[in-house]
Amino acid sequence: MSVIEQSAPVAAESLFRRNMAAFVENRLAFGSAIVVVLFVLMAIFAPWIAPNDPYATNLFFRLQPPVWMEGGDRAYPLGADALGRCILSRIIYGARISIFIGAAVILVATTIGILAGLAAGYLRGWVDVVISRLVDILLGFPYLIFAIGLMAMMGPGLGNIILALAYKEWVIPCRVVRGETLVTRELEYVEAARALGASGKHIMLREILPNILSPVIVVATIRMAHVIILEASLSFLGLGVQPPTASWGAMVADGRAFILESWWVSTFPGLAILLLVLAINVASQGLRDAFDPRFTE
Amino acid sequence: MTADPLLKVTNLTKVYTGRPSLVGRMLGRAPVNVRAVSDVSLSVNRGEILGLIGESGCGKSTLGRAILRLHEPTAGKVEFGGTDITALPAPDMKAMRRRMQIIFQDPYASLNPRRTVAEIVGLPLQLHGLAKTRSEMREKVALMLEKVGLKAGQLDRYPHQFSGGQRQRIGIARALISNPEFIVCDEPVSALDVSIQAQIIQLLQDLKREFALTYLFISHDISVIGYLSDRVAVMYLGEIVEMGPVESILARPRHPYTQSLMSAVPEVEASDKSQRVQLSGDLPSPLSPPSGCKFHTRCPLAIDICRQRQPETERVGTGHTAACHRLKENLSLLEGARA
Amino acid sequence: MSDDILLEVRGLRTVFDTRAGQVCAVDGVDVTVNRGECLGIVGESGSGKSVTFASVMGLVRSPGRIEAGEIVFDGTDLRKLSPRKMQALRGRDIAMTMQDALTALNPALTVGEQLAEMLEAHDDDLPRRRGARRAAIQARSVEMLTLVGIPSAGDRLRQYPHEFSGGMRQRIMIAIALASKPRLLIADEPTTALDVTIQAQVLELISKLRAELGMSVVLITHDLGVVAEHCDRVMVMYAGQVVEEGPTAQVIRDPRHPYTRGLLASIPRPALRGQPIRPIDGQVPDLVDLPPQCRFLDRCPEAGEACRHLIDMHPAGPARRARCIRIAVPETEKA
Repeated sequence: MSVIEQSAPVAAESLFRRNMAAFVENRLAFGSAIVVVLFVLMAIFAPWIAPNDPYATNLFFRLQPPVWMEGGDRAYPLGADALGRCILSRIIYGARISIFIGAAVILVATTIGILAGLAAGYLRGWVDVVISRLVDILLGFPYLIFAIGLMAMMGPGLGNIILALAYKEWVIPCRVVRGETLVTRELEYVEAARALGASGKHIMLREILPNILSPVIVVATIRMAHVIILEASLSFLGLGVQPPTASWGAMVADGRAFILESWWVSTFPGLAILLLVLAINVASQGLRDAFDPRFTE
Repeated sequence: MTADPLLKVTNLTKVYTGRPSLVGRMLGRAPVNVRAVSDVSLSVNRGEILGLIGESGCGKSTLGRAILRLHEPTAGKVEFGGTDITALPAPDMKAMRRRMQIIFQDPYASLNPRRTVAEIVGLPLQLHGLAKTRSEMREKVALMLEKVGLKAGQLDRYPHQFSGGQRQRIGIARALISNPEFIVCDEPVSALDVSIQAQIIQLLQDLKREFALTYLFISHDISVIGYLSDRVAVMYLGEIVEMGPVESILARPRHPYTQSLMSAVPEVEASDKSQRVQLSGDLPSPLSPPSGCKFHTRCPLAIDICRQRQPETERVGTGHTAACHRLKENLSLLEGARA
Repeated sequence: MSDDILLEVRGLRTVFDTRAGQVCAVDGVDVTVNRGECLGIVGESGSGKSVTFASVMGLVRSPGRIEAGEIVFDGTDLRKLSPRKMQALRGRDIAMTMQDALTALNPALTVGEQLAEMLEAHDDDLPRRRGARRAAIQARSVEMLTLVGIPSAGDRLRQYPHEFSGGMRQRIMIAIALASKPRLLIADEPTTALDVTIQAQVLELISKLRAELGMSVVLITHDLGVVAEHCDRVMVMYAGQVVEEGPTAQVIRDPRHPYTRGLLASIPRPALRGQPIRPIDGQVPDLVDLPPQCRFLDRCPEAGEACRHLIDMHPAGPARRARCIRIAVPETEKA
């Protein structure tokens, strides 16, 4: 019995509130979370925020520099691309694609992963063998090449991008859930539920799942940053969202030809990717520290 | 007490098979078998408390769980209220679970930390359709909470807001709410402080009277078992080595293991410990149990035959049985020491 | 200070700063350990029994700290020692064994290596020359393991902690603690994790070694039975305070504090079959912001208005004290 344990008082506040308080205290993480929220708000309210129509081409403003440079125009704060479209507006609209795809892929993958992981970890036996082997096989595929192959097969389109990325992404939550389930199923409260006559479905969804959700949520946020990069990569390669839809990856690709003379075309969407991914990563690490202290110990 | 067996266990065996890892299998390693419970027969009469005592690793908890089919028995039969439950299909077994319950040792691990007291205690009502509406369920849970010494106002709290003793009361409420007839108490007071332990023992006794319950009370503490039980079964390495009425076992333990167990307990009142039977050595590994009588490696009375042959269970008094090759010699030793 | 006294703790106060407020785990505790005696410390979780001796050993770490008190060991005030000197004293003069031997032993080192480490650090009688030194350490290690009743000690020195059973690990920890021939052994719940038949062996061993080596032993436990059989004197702790102390036999025969009485009445005994046991109602108070009154007040069947202020230890017969204003009451009742 440790010295601390003996004297620890019974805390009356809820676990969630205590974790949340720890998260808010971590200033860097909390600041990053605010940045992420701002990006989300920006995506939602894009039509009201964007100064220009992101699809309106105006060759007169072709490769217009940002406002603070010589030849800049206040109508195009971050300049314009090769077709004379407003870069800032396209970045604002592009946030919709990045965040929507990131969220959708994570949602689909996490749902599949939770169900597969719970089944493998709780039911064991052949179910576990099949799912675990499938996971091992998928893990052997290089992620991006796998996604590129799938996109080439299925053709472009929003739904297809989500499918191509979720195809493999579910493996990660699945492994987390399976491991946690293996530990949790041996706990006495699970045995108690079985003794009371609870079904496997009840035990998996009502007894085990709520207790293993914290690490799953933490992993999901970390992976979301990863998925956003993958989507940008696919779009960069021209396999993602098709033009003229604004996507950060495709915008970076568009600017490649003028990178020397008109650096702003590629740089600003690149910075947007960097900032969002960085903010998600820092925030999710703060979440991890606050909600799942096991990782830091 | 008229013998009216509510529970009858016949030749129950539970073997755990540890399958070797993939590499182990390739190297030709055989699966490891552990006989946690070996050929156990016992019966529990309606309204009595059967105390099951033994040290850690002796298989007493496994026996309790195998009886409830929480761990499927490998062989043998469990009859409950005249029905053989070992062969019962799932839906019938589920219905049976309402009548047989378990209270766990660890008041922390046995309650789901994410569910409120109302949900935890109300679960049996929900699973067995014993409450039609939510308010009816909450009412019944509140009533049960009061019966186990908690307040109805604590319905919506989470387990971490309670102390160990209070959590154990929640576990007891959960086990009792479906109005069962039989409860396996798996070391329900071992994790608690002395003063709280006494509260829970008192509560279990009161509830037994009120709800006409039958207990299989598992413990490593002979004081608790001796205080509570009507009959006692002593387990060693998966086998029952002695069983009988508590007065008989306490006054005249016949198996050398029971004798050593009783003399090892430190007592507050000065007692005559001149006949103290102190054991040497440790519990053997259940992976490779000793041949013959499993107790021979630590037994002060062991002779050649003990190493070679497993002793038969013999009747040594009214309802009192023991499995030992040296019962007669042991008895004369005991008498000699007393004289 | 008398020559008979080995350890004297006066007014020890150890606190832990938590989110909920300051927890006063040990509040004004006095302990005296005489040379060669076995003192039993009895209490339930949260009574402060372990924290008291963690404080003596200088093992209380943040968020905990010793706020006040004197800890005098054989004439030296331990609180005034530098961390380095304290480190040297710990293990050499005072040794402590923990409840959980598996976590207290280093899993990555063999038992022999851990014993050797202890001897290297604390045994000054070892020869200087390397070869002779190694041989001496080996010989001493075998001697120690044999002393605690581990057969074929020479071979077992090369094994790791996980290769031993629970009882054997507890013995090894005692062997390591005793390797430096300490003058005081603090055994924190040495048998709680063990089965009764093994517990009997380990306690017997500690008693035997105490007699052979002439050291003092502090036995921290929650089991009054263990104290009754092995300790000369006993101290009962409750909610961070000592509530009763005295010779074991007397305290158990005629407990003066209602908590001690309740504790004794709480032990189920086969002799009491059929009679209800009389448990102590309620729970240990939260140690944050305790009101200035008797800490047992809420659970005490005898409490009255007079208990609503701070209670001191009162003399209760020769060498006996209890923290209760009603100490005299049983006497008058008897009369």
